[in-house]
Amino acid sequence: MRRLDSILAEQAFFKGMDPRSLEIIAGCASNVRFAAGDWIFHEGEDASQFYLIRHGKVALKALVPGRGEVPVQTIEEGDVLGWSWLFPPYRWHFSARALELTRATAFDGACLRMKAEADHDLGYELLKRFSQTIIERLQATRLQMLDVYGVRV
Amino acid sequence: MSAVLSDPMAPDPWRIERIHRETPDTFTMELKPVAESTVPSFAPGQFNMLYVFGVGEVPISISGDPLAGKSLVHTVRAVGTVTKVMCALKRRDVLGVRGPFGNHWPVQEAVGRDVVIVAGGLGLAPLRPVLYQILARREQYGRVLLLYGARTPADLLYQRELENWGACSDIEVQVTVDHASDGWRGSVGVVTRFIPAAKFDPLDTIALVCGPEVMMRFTLLELQKRGLAAEQVFLSLERNMKCAIGFCGHCQYVPVFVCKDGPVFSFDRVQGWFGKREI
Repeated sequence: MRRLDSILAEQAFFKGMDPRSLEIIAGCASNVRFAAGDWIFHEGEDASQFYLIRHGKVALKALVPGRGEVPVQTIEEGDVLGWSWLFPPYRWHFSARALELTRATAFDGACLRMKAEADHDLGYELLKRFSQTIIERLQATRLQMLDVYGVRV
Repeated sequence: MSAVLSDPMAPDPWRIERIHRETPDTFTMELKPVAESTVPSFAPGQFNMLYVFGVGEVPISISGDPLAGKSLVHTVRAVGTVTKVMCALKRRDVLGVRGPFGNHWPVQEAVGRDVVIVAGGLGLAPLRPVLYQILARREQYGRVLLLYGARTPADLLYQRELENWGACSDIEVQVTVDHASDGWRGSVGVVTRFIPAAKFDPLDTIALVCGPEVMMRFTLLELQKRGLAAEQVFLSLERNMKCAIGFCGHCQYVPVFVCKDGPVFSFDRVQGWFGKREI
């Protein structure tokens, strides 16, 4: 059976990370599976984990009165789901629901925070990678907000 | 591949044979010539000037199958004075047609290579003929990917064909929308998000991009990150085209006329001006 750290090393998010750091991170990780329609987390709950999607599709949703659970973005294979575990108050700002069978690696947020505090090199590596993800999502969200396909008046 | 035009400024009468509503504000119409029995050949990416008599003329890409040869197909969004009147026309009504004009997508140059088609909104219309042509000679191409973004699920063009293309293993179709409601099971987000993980060989790929200019700018950035050189990327530009033959200058884009030299440009040809505030 393959070790989790070797599986993580193949994921774009962890590409180039040193084997020692990967081994530490893998110590906080476990494999999880969600059926289509399963809720992975709900807005307002404790954000105790993040996920690396290995297969499937997850919708990030916001509850909008009168419109229901509106999908704001989908997270797909190779994407990271969740960064609220990294920043106080460690609560989810959106809900997440599997749209199809989804396999992911789940990472224990408290475990990783503790290890990052003890090993700042590891913490810096993680923050660099999450910052990159956050920037990409921010830029995509800005483009989404421009409503580029709407009618110009 | 343009037809020889006796008087390129004189429209010929064409009759609307069929109208299909694609979305609440976009429709596809099939035209047949009133007088002649032959339909001019065209290449993917070319456009016609469609004239609503007494109202005005607009440039519209040809969105039909270039190999079918029985009619002209145009997909039109009702956004301006002419296109709103055009949208209200009925079957058997007559339009004026001039064309086809402009150059074409490099479908022949893409033979033997992977092809990545990135379309945004109505930008799928001028790319649909490319897909028809590639699918007709599918064995001549490597991987073929269609990455398509629209505003909402209701704004997706050619929905049945998208499903068929997606179901066919010969072409990988990825569709996303900017905004959706609770029932939507597909992707939500901008179309550029598909590019980082898209399976193609950056060293031997041609990318064809059409959509709003801002969407094309962000698409170019992602394609460059994947290692595509400027000469591997082709864009269809939109400018205010009037005469369609390079006389009037309305569509001048620095040293080129979009109507005559374009609308399709390789990015290396326009990258010095593309996205410039003043142009």
